[in-house]
Amino acid sequence: MGIKVSWAPVSETSLMLYFGDEIDVKQASLIGEVARRIKAEHQEVCEVTASYTSILVQVHSPQIKLEESGKRLVAMTGHSVVEEKAEGKLIELPVYYHPDVGPDLEIVARANGLTVAEVIAIHAGRDYTVCAIGFAPGFAFLADVDARIATPRHGRPRAKVVAGSVGIADRQTAVYPMDTPGGWQLIGRCPVPLYDPDQTPPSPFELGDRVRFVPVERHDYIERGGHV
Amino acid sequence: MSEADDNTKGLKVLRPGVRTTVQDLGRYGYAGHGLSQGGAMDLQAHCWANRLLDNPVNEPTLEVAIGMASFRAECDLMLAITGADMQAELDGEPIGNWRSFSMKRGQILKLKAAQKGLRAYLAVKSGFQAVPILGSCSTVERNRLGSIVQEGDVLPAKACHHEAAACVPPRYVSNYPDAIELRVMESYQAGQFSADAMAKFYQEDYRVSSDSDRMGVRLEGGAVIPPSGGVISEGIALGAIQIPLDGQPIVLLNDRQTLGGYPKLGVIARVDLPRLCQARPATRIRFVPVSIEQARLEWSEFCDYFSL
Repeated sequence: MGIKVSWAPVSETSLMLYFGDEIDVKQASLIGEVARRIKAEHQEVCEVTASYTSILVQVHSPQIKLEESGKRLVAMTGHSVVEEKAEGKLIELPVYYHPDVGPDLEIVARANGLTVAEVIAIHAGRDYTVCAIGFAPGFAFLADVDARIATPRHGRPRAKVVAGSVGIADRQTAVYPMDTPGGWQLIGRCPVPLYDPDQTPPSPFELGDRVRFVPVERHDYIERGGHV
Repeated sequence: MSEADDNTKGLKVLRPGVRTTVQDLGRYGYAGHGLSQGGAMDLQAHCWANRLLDNPVNEPTLEVAIGMASFRAECDLMLAITGADMQAELDGEPIGNWRSFSMKRGQILKLKAAQKGLRAYLAVKSGFQAVPILGSCSTVERNRLGSIVQEGDVLPAKACHHEAAACVPPRYVSNYPDAIELRVMESYQAGQFSADAMAKFYQEDYRVSSDSDRMGVRLEGGAVIPPSGGVISEGIALGAIQIPLDGQPIVLLNDRQTLGGYPKLGVIARVDLPRLCQARPATRIRFVPVSIEQARLEWSEFCDYFSL
């Protein structure tokens, strides 16, 4: 395995596993698999927070020496079985790409010298990897967006972005799972709910999953529960 | 009274106060989905409230922030009150703080504004019969989990006959001073801060900003210059000290976001967090370093004491 994993203590009950110091989309599925295994196999762990290049591990019992946990977890990441199994699931999400629900669709097209149809084709034309989940429940940071449609965030975030909005920020894309303030360039909307606290799990995304956006027509979007 | 009646009875909210929420030890296992941990901010006061009633430590309590709340018993209850002193009165009679008390059906419990500290905890014998969501009864507004307690709500609780009242031994009772010292385990990006910046952090008297909440406590004082260069967003531990560009530290607490990309220079010892969570705006804060091992030993004692 090419990645050197290291660990560092963070507090009396938590430690960090670091997987290098640069964001690498290919690493996300490995980190996701390691995070799942830590949760499933290590009884002493009560919380796992995975991100682009790291996993924060919180242990339940203060009796546990962090040194022991740290070494054991680093050793675990070296097992070839972890590497082999590291492929997230594929999640297909319908998206209605239209200025009515994607107020920045034309801005993104203009900024990149493309037509709206080209922006849609490029955005829906590749699979993305979940590299981090945070900001809000079920908010998955997806990479990599094709450089031809990469567009910086708005200088001033919108006070309210409607749940389901699909946005671009530089080379990342995401679906807003709930109404929140936000500064991403909005190009469409997904009718599938992506955060529901009454469901277990409350959101479909896990680190390392792949996401494919499927363009749908307005009637299809509305039939699936979407609003214009 | 029949069993069926019991289930619909409990504590009726006459005035909800400034911000009253149901909290337990927090929600674990969902940070990977972006959910905040939540849970009682002042863990010590929460644990004492349950202990006074011989409840399991994870029974939900009511976290009453700032105060000015009142409740009516819809059946006979045993309760306990701890944390910030809100001069609790039962039908107009002062009942003291850090103790259990019985409440007859129809009696009214009134909490005034906290004079010292910020958050009081109310526990009921056998626990409020709240339904856990994703393994916890903790309310986290920003995750739409649970909701702020409203006027007219009935917090269901089992009827309970009078029992002898118990008190917390005075040596464990906090008086919430105007100046506190918090111990810091250096970690995260501590090594990237300049020696001057770290020295400044430990020398400075900070003040708690009024712009603080369950997500975090903002501090005001001399700026700690953060290291240049970004941090790749990473998991934020409870009590992590984040230094944004303006150099004013923010201590991230129970309802914090799961990931963050600002430099962090360490984490406050778990056993010191209750004092920070009770610190009113303008409280003076000083930081001193502590080893992870020392903090672990004290946290271990706390956990043993309350069977956490």
